[in-house]
Amino acid sequence: MNITLNGKPCDTNAGNIISLLEEKNYRPELVAVEVNEDIIAKEGYRAYSLKEGDTVEIVTFMGGGEEKDTWFLGEHEFSSRFILGSGKYSLKLISAAVEQAGAQIVTLALRRANQGGMANIMDYIPKGVTLLPNTSGARNADEAVRIAKLSREIGCGNFVKIEIMRDSKYLLPDNQETVRATEILSKEGFVVMPYMYPDLNVARDLKDAGAACIMPLGAPIGSNKGLCTKEFIQILIDEIDLPIIVDAGIGAPSQACEAMEMGAAAVMCNTAIATAGDIPLMAEAMKRAIEAGRKAHLAGMGRVLFKGASPSSPLTGFLREEN
Amino acid sequence: MEKRTDHMAYQEGMERIDTDIPRKVINRMEAYDYHVYTEKEVKAALAKETCGIEEFEALLSPAAERFLEEIAQKARAETRKHFGNTVYMFTPLYIANYCQNHCIYCGFNCQNKIRRARLKPEEIEEEMEKIAASGLEEILILTGESRKMSDVEYIGEACKTARKYFKVIGLEIYPVNAEEYAYLHRCGADYVTVFQETYDSDKYETLHLSGHKRCFPYRINAQERAILGGMRGVGFGALLGLSDFRKDALAAGYHAYLLQQKYPHAEIAFSCPRLRPIIGNDKINPKDVHEAQLLQVVCAYRIFMPFAGITISTRECERVRDNLIGIAATKISAGVSVGIGEHLEDEGSKGDKQFEISDGRSVEEVYHAIEQAGMQPVMSDYVYV
Repeated sequence: MNITLNGKPCDTNAGNIISLLEEKNYRPELVAVEVNEDIIAKEGYRAYSLKEGDTVEIVTFMGGGEEKDTWFLGEHEFSSRFILGSGKYSLKLISAAVEQAGAQIVTLALRRANQGGMANIMDYIPKGVTLLPNTSGARNADEAVRIAKLSREIGCGNFVKIEIMRDSKYLLPDNQETVRATEILSKEGFVVMPYMYPDLNVARDLKDAGAACIMPLGAPIGSNKGLCTKEFIQILIDEIDLPIIVDAGIGAPSQACEAMEMGAAAVMCNTAIATAGDIPLMAEAMKRAIEAGRKAHLAGMGRVLFKGASPSSPLTGFLREEN
Repeated sequence: MEKRTDHMAYQEGMERIDTDIPRKVINRMEAYDYHVYTEKEVKAALAKETCGIEEFEALLSPAAERFLEEIAQKARAETRKHFGNTVYMFTPLYIANYCQNHCIYCGFNCQNKIRRARLKPEEIEEEMEKIAASGLEEILILTGESRKMSDVEYIGEACKTARKYFKVIGLEIYPVNAEEYAYLHRCGADYVTVFQETYDSDKYETLHLSGHKRCFPYRINAQERAILGGMRGVGFGALLGLSDFRKDALAAGYHAYLLQQKYPHAEIAFSCPRLRPIIGNDKINPKDVHEAQLLQVVCAYRIFMPFAGITISTRECERVRDNLIGIAATKISAGVSVGIGEHLEDEGSKGDKQFEISDGRSVEEVYHAIEQAGMQPVMSDYVYV
């Protein structure tokens, strides 16, 4: 018989509640049971017969209660804070990486289609993952807009990550053109995620232009050098009222963790995983580092002991009691 | 008894602007429960490199009072980082004391029988000439709040005259519309300070019984209108002690923060007055904001907005002022008179003063006191391009 148990489909042989609890290893004295939104009294557990298609909720107490920790891109809610890039992989390893990363968003680049039904990356990305086409290859705003529109035609939804580079050596983003593209695409209904060089004024302009988040680079893309721009990313986190996603340069889980400790909403990473010895294992390591950093941020970082003694001439010595 | 109008209603001629800043400020202030903060949050706030609104709230809490020395140390470090050892000097010039408001705590209020005066243009020029001769380069022009007796054109003319003698011109006048701020800016004014007095609108209602100032929302939006009018900077101030000073300090700080976020180019300044004895009202007792609480608020402003100017007025005595400029304040007045026409020769004052000052030192004396403290008095550092 198929029922829904705590929100998930479940196959059971139990005919009544007491045998369902036994079958699923619940202790009857510690739970409350609801069937089809009616609460069932404990003494009725044996008498209540379950039917095909019943919706059963079994609840118990736990310490506190876990608060959900999600974030938003426009109106879209996400719980994973790991955005995975899909470049530089052999296709077969992508799905393992996505799964081990627990990623809900994967970036893709638009390229001319291969003839003859060759393998397509879309076949390797697990279902339910939000696809985030990027505009890599665009050298100015107009090209980025074209690429975004073509990507939307493929059916990826409204997300677009703007990457505009007119420098082929370091692949540094062109902030000015990125602001322009953001303005055009957000007006056209895209959820615009601009990749940028961390500059406060540009970040403000991007926000005003309708960006859903800001994606400052930590270091040149593909360099695995970590948070070279840390101070400037911190300024964006402190000042901009949008999710700040650290993109590019994250080469090790420790660096991703640090970005999250600082208060980044998410981390985007590709090369560090795609070039690792064991790709799925590195994807998992990165995921855990991001989660650890996020938790540390939520927990509030502990105090750091400062060197140096307390001053001998206190600043507050001048205060007087007033009559 | 005079009839009290709705203090939340705009009066005729008052411009409305589209903004959500006052709502955010009031919501945050109302939600601020400073009793929940403990040593832990205060220490965490002190340890953090950048101070956000939560840290600011912790620093203003009663729990933070025990850490006043540490807070002062941190404030001083922030002041040094952003201002070095410079202290700006200026003087206020009251050009008129006519007032149409009835604010029960103020010596200028329209029900007080004081000598009223308004300086003639040539008297303003004479005063300015005298003040400029003392070496000052920044002036703050003040009036009582009477549109009738000190109209915008009159104030504009004073700004034009001030432009001849000073490099920086501040205004502390009744709130006006953005268009009028733009006019005053063209006449030479650089910044505008408006004291909200208290952000608690219920309390505000009981203190400001009539006049333009009775309109709470028009006043709270004055800084934003001044920025829209092109003013270079805006100043904020709660008169600490009128209502719950912790909540008012939080609101003033958050108000400034939100405007800075919305208009990143605007220069931000705070004034930190406490209630002082005034003519015609002996009942007010500023007991609840002692020197320690004043220091706490000033330091909290500094740590929250390290780049903001903080002015410390002559309502405070020499000892408090000299110490505050060493810790968190960056601007100090000197050679102050708060009556009308007091710089004029042979005449003495033409109009009564707003409050009693507690530091009557001359420009020269304050200048030397700053130097004695190892700091650098600066008359102005603006450049006009």
